[in-house]
Amino acid sequence: MSAPLIKIENLRKAFDSHLVLDGVNIDINRGESIVVIGQSGCGKSVLLKHLIRLLEPDDGRVTFDGEDISRFDFYELTDYRRRFGMLFQSAALFDSMTVEENVGLGLKESRQYSAKQTRDIVNEKLELVGLTGVGEKRPAELSGGMRKRVGLARAIAGTPEVLLYDEPTTGLDPITADMINELIVHLREKLQVTSVAVTHDMKSAFQIADRIVMLHNGKIEFEGTPQEVSTTSNPVVRQFITGSSVGPIQA
Amino acid sequence: MPSGLQELGRLGVNFIRAIGGVFILLYKFIASLQELHRSLGLFVHQLYLLGVKSVPLIIIISIFVGAVSAWQAAYQFKFIGAPLRLLGHAVGKAVVIELAPVLAAIVFAGRVGAGITAELGTMKVTEQIDALESMGISPVRYLVQPRVLACLFMVPFLVIFANFVAIVGALIVSIIGVAVSSETFLTGFKDSFKLSDFVNGLIKAGVFGFIIGIVGCYHGFNTKGGAQGVGLATTSSVVISMVLILVFNFVFAVILFRI
Ligand SMILES: Nc1ncnc2c1ncn2[C@@H]1O[C@H](COP(=O)(O)OP(=O)(O)O)[C@@H](O)[C@H]1O
Ligand SMILES: [Mg+2]
Repeated sequence: MSAPLIKIENLRKAFDSHLVLDGVNIDINRGESIVVIGQSGCGKSVLLKHLIRLLEPDDGRVTFDGEDISRFDFYELTDYRRRFGMLFQSAALFDSMTVEENVGLGLKESRQYSAKQTRDIVNEKLELVGLTGVGEKRPAELSGGMRKRVGLARAIAGTPEVLLYDEPTTGLDPITADMINELIVHLREKLQVTSVAVTHDMKSAFQIADRIVMLHNGKIEFEGTPQEVSTTSNPVVRQFITGSSVGPIQA
Repeated sequence: MPSGLQELGRLGVNFIRAIGGVFILLYKFIASLQELHRSLGLFVHQLYLLGVKSVPLIIIISIFVGAVSAWQAAYQFKFIGAPLRLLGHAVGKAVVIELAPVLAAIVFAGRVGAGITAELGTMKVTEQIDALESMGISPVRYLVQPRVLACLFMVPFLVIFANFVAIVGALIVSIIGVAVSSETFLTGFKDSFKLSDFVNGLIKAGVFGFIIGIVGCYHGFNTKGGAQGVGLATTSSVVISMVLILVFNFVFAVILFRI
């Protein structure tokens, strides 16, 4: 097997005195779909943000294709980030812009596409997420589920090699959630994108993951295929996937 | 250690950290100017949003500032028995050197500095700034550069307005309230007017605008928490801008007007 595309090595991160990540190691292979599960507040978003240096580790490192991303200068970092697409937990749409402008901003700023190409790509991606005819609207006029889908269209607009999904289905109705899951699977199968999703939605995790990693108390508690996760006797994992309030995890 | 002392220590550390943060932002801002051409559209948009829309407020405030300075000067003149033909002289100096630049800057800090911090702060807490970065777009180039430049150019522009309108306000009060003819007032004004005073006022205004922009962006980028955090950041942005404006104004006075 070839070397992993992304290697998270002994990552540590604290905010003031609050230790969030306490030595996390994950290898992510090219074309693989990894899902990180864990309780709310366990540091899933923090972990994801380290992958594109939105946060800097206190200790440990992230390498991409063997290169330590903390060594990148401003321009290398910009190029590096353009290889990624990220869907934020809150969608994080630019509320001063229309839906179309949101989805097209990265394309426009990369200066690699004409205005017409940008418009075509924007329409194509909006159609892919099942949103046509809302291009002129502002994010404030959309429902939460629609915002998430616009966020997804924006994340995939630049045809990234790696997609980062922060709770892609949280807060969505089951049908929209299923559609998003299907789309994530489609992107991996058709376009061979590598993806890292974090979620506490187990249905979604089982649907999209090649491999599931459980984060607990700042460390990797368990790692395995969806099959292994559903049959493990690890009490922490069992409690989490059955959604019980009784067990080693304290709410 | 007594908790009062601890609190003081914490404030001190935060203060030093803030100064460091402002200088880092300043450095990034200057570095971003290499790509100035890419943000010209955004800059023009900000000029309009921040500047042109401030004009009505500046006009109202300047009229009354001019009016009250003419009134108060006349009152003092009467008290010390100074001749009223010097009214234009005194009011003109006060407006051009101090009142127009300082008041325009203070008004701008309250209106525009607050707006910048609230906008960027909201973007920060809703992850919009992270989203920009994740797309390989520099928030300093995309957000800070156009705003700081717009402030830098707009405050002097507004001061030109403020000068003009304040003098008109003073003139009206002189004619109606103090019975000084417009000729007498304007002759006094013209005799005392020095281009260097006017230019110094504009330079000062530029520095004030720059302070408002950088301080506003810094506080926006360092907003934490939700709506409450945005409120707190906005308040400290305005307070710090105003204090810095007055401190720098005093420094300018000491440098430019040797006693
Ligand atoms: N920028 C930040 N500053 C301070 N604390 C933070 C910051 N980001 C996250 N945290 C803290 O880190 C912990 C993990 O947060 P997060 O990664 O968002 O959790 P989740 O697993 O729900 O995504 C939380 O306790 C949160 O308060
Ligand atoms: Mg999260």
